[in-house]
Amino acid sequence: MKICVLVKSVPEAGVTKRINPSTGRLERGGETRDNPFDTHAIEAAMQLKEGGELQVDEIVAVTMGPEAAAKALRKAVSLGADRSIHLSDEALAGSDVNGTGYALARVLATESPDLVLLGQQSDDGECYTIGAVVADHLQMPSLTQVIKIDVEGGALRCERQAEYGYDTVSIPLPAVISVGDAINEPRYPSLKAIMGAKKKPLETKSAADAGIEADRVGYDHARAHCAEFAEPPAKAAGQIIEDEDTSETVEKIVAWLDERKLLA
Amino acid sequence: MSTATLPTFDPLDPLALDAQLDEEERLIRSTVRQYVREKFLPVVAEHFEAGTLPESIGQDLGALGLLGMHLEGYGCAGASATAYGLTCLELEAGDSGLRSFCSVQGSLAMYAIWKWGSEEQKERWLPGMAEGKLIGCFGLTEPDAGSNPAAMRTRAKKTDAGWVLDGAKMWITNGSLADVAVVWARTEEGKVNGFLVEKGTPGFSAPNMHGKLSLRASVTSELVLDGVEVPEANRLPEATSLRAPLSCLNEARFGIVFGAAGAARACYEAALDYAKTRVQFDKPIAGYQLTQAKLADMAVKVGNSTMLALHLGRMKDAGTLTPQHVSYGKYHNVSTAIDVARTARTVLGANGVTLEYPVLRHANNLESVLTYEGTHEMHTLILGQAITGLPAFT
Repeated sequence: MKICVLVKSVPEAGVTKRINPSTGRLERGGETRDNPFDTHAIEAAMQLKEGGELQVDEIVAVTMGPEAAAKALRKAVSLGADRSIHLSDEALAGSDVNGTGYALARVLATESPDLVLLGQQSDDGECYTIGAVVADHLQMPSLTQVIKIDVEGGALRCERQAEYGYDTVSIPLPAVISVGDAINEPRYPSLKAIMGAKKKPLETKSAADAGIEADRVGYDHARAHCAEFAEPPAKAAGQIIEDEDTSETVEKIVAWLDERKLLA
Repeated sequence: MSTATLPTFDPLDPLALDAQLDEEERLIRSTVRQYVREKFLPVVAEHFEAGTLPESIGQDLGALGLLGMHLEGYGCAGASATAYGLTCLELEAGDSGLRSFCSVQGSLAMYAIWKWGSEEQKERWLPGMAEGKLIGCFGLTEPDAGSNPAAMRTRAKKTDAGWVLDGAKMWITNGSLADVAVVWARTEEGKVNGFLVEKGTPGFSAPNMHGKLSLRASVTSELVLDGVEVPEANRLPEATSLRAPLSCLNEARFGIVFGAAGAARACYEAALDYAKTRVQFDKPIAGYQLTQAKLADMAVKVGNSTMLALHLGRMKDAGTLTPQHVSYGKYHNVSTAIDVARTARTVLGANGVTLEYPVLRHANNLESVLTYEGTHEMHTLILGQAITGLPAFT
């Protein structure tokens, strides 16, 4: 079987995120890294492959973005993906979630994966929705925020993080699953894998190569535009409780929590 | 020219040296940095205090492929000298003890076998050492032979069965951890030969040295050789003079040039972070001129040291690096790192003397780094001779 993993290049955690006032889009200059949640998706794919319960023949990393986004693919192959696909086209710039999900689904459709894995959220957009959009286009069942995957016959038994605990869901393949960071501890790429990464095939596709209809992607065809934006409001200063007498301090903290009905 | 396209000044990379690295080098660098930050820094203080090295280090660095990473074949990755240097930089930003482990394993023990060993010796030891499953150490320094290794007293006597080694080595990193010790000894003919002494060989012991105030998160031992019999097959066949062990030291001190820049960077980062958050007289101390003078001085020193290391790395990869260049690098970068560590300590005030912050730990470690792998004084004399043509060693 084939697993496709969606990865994304995002700004380094230390880089201040700015929205360009003239375009209303996130500025993507500056130092970038692979989206941390996606490394958990790659690790999940590797564990399914190494677990041996499923015959995983190939892991393919897929990204969409400008030239620099290929960095996330090289990280993905150094972590174990066998090859990678880079969807890159000026016409895709400024796509919203709907357009991005459609475009990625077009690329994935040509690969006919048995399983699509991705991080549940990206460090920059934080929309949590790409997995569901991709699944809809591919007509596959979808699970989000998955923190455990077990092989159960030909299906996957997953634990999904819910608001008050976990849902256990069995999902047939093919499927699209987005994972949370509690699912595993991603390995570090080994030096040999890093050095071998450039020998693994990297295919660059244009929108036309992927059969993407031009009027469904890009800024002009986005269904959602950022109309207005503002800095988040400054947080009010917190209350500092000096620990002079510890039992008194505990009482104060409990009272504070109780007042806000935060204690069950 | 428009300034709109210029990248902004990065306080943590003041010379924008990142742009000089290729993508593979950046990925190696960021992987090692991530490992150090996630796995090593959370435990280094307790190990430094206890005088121990985390037990998993060998296997961890082996799994990352960093042990002997610059060697070709035998399970080694064959990375560039620059990639090896960047690895040393990130490891030593964690602790000089961590980098020392990697240096001794890769550049002293493994390099000695790789460069001067027989095919059988390479096959037997190098793959396991690259994985970190086998640990090596390197015994050249003796109680009475430091900067002058030619004065070594350890003797190798030829017998019908092989060789008998007698003597003692001192200040040996990884000594008691080692499965194999590369021991240098003088033969009856007066030549310096290298021998692979395996752990458990009768007459061979490696008692740990205690009471160190520096490199505490590192194992330092003596090697005691009392009538140790080793077969001829354990002699490094290609090594016949002091040139052999000195070639190994030159490899290791190349890594130190980078490593010291890493230790300096860690101290500068800690000081910068502290100065921006520590409030005195109603404003962060970073806003006072005296603190800014210290921060500017540290930023320039860290930038210059890193640039120097990178330049020497590129020269090594181009095949144009001489031992004198390496002396230049160690001379500059280690003493500069000590300056930065001490300046950083003053920015952190009393907090700077605790293990909660890295600065005095680094400052203490760097005292060892200043002395080992060729003392600062010897590198001064090597440069002196290179500049004047007049040797002043004796």
